[in-house]
Amino acid sequence: MKQYDAVIIGAGVTGCAIARELSRRKGSFLVAERALDVCEGTSKANSAIIHAGFDAEPGTLKAKMNVLGNQRMDRLAQELDVPFKRIGALVVCLDPAELPQLQALYDRGIANGVSGLSLLSGEEARAQEPNLTDGVCGALLAQTSGVVCPFELTLGLAENAALNGVEFRFDTEVSLVERHEAGWLLKTSSGDVLARAVVNAAGVHAGELHNRTFEDKLAITPRKGEYCLLDKTAGGHVGRTIFQLPGKMGKGVLVSPTVHGNLLVGPTAADVEDLDETATTAAGLAEVAEKSAWAVKNVPMRQVITSFMGLRAHEAGDDFILREAGDGFFEAAGIESPGLSSAPAIGEYMAGLVADKLGLAEKEEDFVPTRRGSLRLAEKSHQERAAYIKENPLYGSIVCRCEEVSEGEIVDAVHSVLGAKTLDGVKRRTRAGMGRCQSGFCSPRVMEILARELSLDLTGVRKNGKESRIVLEKTRGDGNHA
Amino acid sequence: MRDLVVIGGGPAGLAAAIAARDAGVEDILILEREKELGGILNQCIHNGFGLHTFQEELTGPEYAARYEEEARKRNIPYRLSTTVVDLRREDGGVCVTSVSRAEGLVETRARAVILAMGCRERPRGALNIPGTRPAGIFSAGTAQRLVNREGYLPGRRVVILGSGDIGLIMARRMTLEGAKVLCVAEIQPYSGGLKRNIVQCLDDYGIPLLLSHTVVDIRGRERVEGVTIAQVDDGFKPISGTERDYDCDALLLSVGLLPENELSKAVGVELAPVTGGPKVNESLETNIPGVFACGNVLHVHDLVDYVSEEAAQAGRNAARFLREGRPESGRGIPLVPAGAVRYTVPCTVDPARMEAETVVRFRVGRNMRRAVVTVKADGKELLRRKRPVMAPGEMEQIVLKKEWLSSAETELTVEAREEKEGV
Repeated sequence: MKQYDAVIIGAGVTGCAIARELSRRKGSFLVAERALDVCEGTSKANSAIIHAGFDAEPGTLKAKMNVLGNQRMDRLAQELDVPFKRIGALVVCLDPAELPQLQALYDRGIANGVSGLSLLSGEEARAQEPNLTDGVCGALLAQTSGVVCPFELTLGLAENAALNGVEFRFDTEVSLVERHEAGWLLKTSSGDVLARAVVNAAGVHAGELHNRTFEDKLAITPRKGEYCLLDKTAGGHVGRTIFQLPGKMGKGVLVSPTVHGNLLVGPTAADVEDLDETATTAAGLAEVAEKSAWAVKNVPMRQVITSFMGLRAHEAGDDFILREAGDGFFEAAGIESPGLSSAPAIGEYMAGLVADKLGLAEKEEDFVPTRRGSLRLAEKSHQERAAYIKENPLYGSIVCRCEEVSEGEIVDAVHSVLGAKTLDGVKRRTRAGMGRCQSGFCSPRVMEILARELSLDLTGVRKNGKESRIVLEKTRGDGNHA
Repeated sequence: MRDLVVIGGGPAGLAAAIAARDAGVEDILILEREKELGGILNQCIHNGFGLHTFQEELTGPEYAARYEEEARKRNIPYRLSTTVVDLRREDGGVCVTSVSRAEGLVETRARAVILAMGCRERPRGALNIPGTRPAGIFSAGTAQRLVNREGYLPGRRVVILGSGDIGLIMARRMTLEGAKVLCVAEIQPYSGGLKRNIVQCLDDYGIPLLLSHTVVDIRGRERVEGVTIAQVDDGFKPISGTERDYDCDALLLSVGLLPENELSKAVGVELAPVTGGPKVNESLETNIPGVFACGNVLHVHDLVDYVSEEAAQAGRNAARFLREGRPESGRGIPLVPAGAVRYTVPCTVDPARMEAETVVRFRVGRNMRRAVVTVKADGKELLRRKRPVMAPGEMEQIVLKKEWLSSAETELTVEAREEKEGV
């Protein structure tokens, strides 16, 4: 039976951040993930915001981790070659009677140690963001707020951890964690594993996992949020993330440019039962459109290219749970917003707890903090692009016309550390299929490349999960017309 | 500097290049992103192409082959697997940046450019259909490619949303490949496809067409397990209580085609909101001198024959532009759609520059019986044509004669209405 110093359960942004921080230490580490790729749960479907940190109550873990995580982002994004932009955010107030709450938010931000905050009048806010509605009567400007690609951040952390020796096992669901003389025995869908320490970073499933091991119960409720993503032609509709001050109309929704230049609108908020729920609803999508219009006018909802739903892991006590739940059983649970922003700090904190417990020493010299992100030839100058194609002609063969992704970039993504194995894996690494035609043209070609590079039959190519095969069988002919 | 670059080697690009050559343009280059000429026709293995042009029923590849042959006879050069990634205006022309495996990144300067990039399918996201996002949801054209080019079946029990022609064709195709097509749902009270396709692809196989119906939910976590279809009211809102579940493993979408004009926008071409294609004058020239457009990038056609015809016109006009340049005096009389006419191509005509006859193409926004199409110049009727039936799925055309126009007109109205509607 394979034995590790620490096994992290879950390859979301939290698990991967912890893994990367642990990889600074000497030891053997495993990340066990039930999906076929990193970032398949909460981490992939959220607002993609690196929050400034004014939202959470002072003194909470959410407040501490958010502010620290935000501060860490510039360096982290640089080390991991992940797109991150500090575009700033405005929290807009739509009712003069609620202006005191805006002031309170400012005060809370100051108490949390957030820099770059200022209060604006409605006019000042509109001068900065001309598409704000006339109803906006005041705003809190947070200059340190930013946007990131959640998938690339998670992948960057994971790849860097893997480069530094952390093992990743996908398609590996941990069903039970039991005490064992060596520490903990993990029953997984790909065999038993022993660990001196376990880190539960299982997102919405963290409660389930905890409750199978411990008497005391952890109450994690999946709370769903629905979003609409708009075409890049709409990306400039606002320049900053526009939040609505929670008021008598409810929480409102945000309107934000994404780091790749699309426009994101959402989320709704509703508790659900099913831990694996992913369906959007007509009512939810209508709500997104309706509420966004309170703060931002003329959001071009006709430019929607896709909609999605994500689950947040809401914990009853409304704060992150970062602790050692039992002897060597650690958990990072209840990681809802601002979980993405907090990930760098949670990673440091949790890795510190584990390292102290196990007495793991820092590596002397052989920790490599950097990793090269995907190439994105579409963003390069003509000259650079020409040079790349000269080096590898596959970079000249465009597969995804909307996002201008080349065959070379897709082949790179398949053969990189923790390479893409599915259509979604390719999409998230290269953006092939992420554009306005939503993979209509490129999916058959990406499937062909995946099949070729991974020596699969076309019927073995999947969208994401094991049951997500795309074509089912050969047609009645010889199936070899091409 | 080259004389003419044609972007796209599908039916439009080929016909445009051939016509330009026949009109005297020696220096032409066709850039095609796929690995062969012919465009989307290569996956349209059904017949029915070319009835107007060749008085024969050809398959898509056969139709394309005829034009490829003509292009080869004329030794018109082309590059395959070459994607244009940027278009920029430059002094005296346009700089076309393309990339390919064989030649790398190449900047080609051209005095004239014909845009013939075609269109793409409207994806699921644009409809905001609620539900899960599993494998098994395909645009009809993608499914067509998987079946006809790759030789693989994308589903065994299939629901099709949208009755555009590709959806209708795929209903038959999937049936012939042994899949069960449960129904075709269409949100409009009429089909957006050709009548002949409804008869030959649905009726002949007993596949129900549910008008005024749409998909309101998609089920299945990883692979489609079913969809819910409901009837819609006049405002296209689903009517509660009419929902019906269909167990299926694939959903095909044939919900509209969008001209693919990202490059046109990059070079500053003005687009028409109704078609999504460039605004063009009688020469099929855009607001950028020397940049022409034709085929589905200009507006979505129903029959490829009309694409070829239109493209040839663009080719002739590009040749003329290269010979004569664009005259200073160009005065465009706007064509104004009225009644059921949704748009016209072209948007303006210059009597001084138009050919003896100019075809005006348009579509109507609703089904009509015993309709009348009129063209009026500042209220004076120039043309009146009766049409027993008009439908949104069918492209219409009228011929405008140069001799009808003086230089005094300020506006030409193209109107379609039912006779009983009165004047």
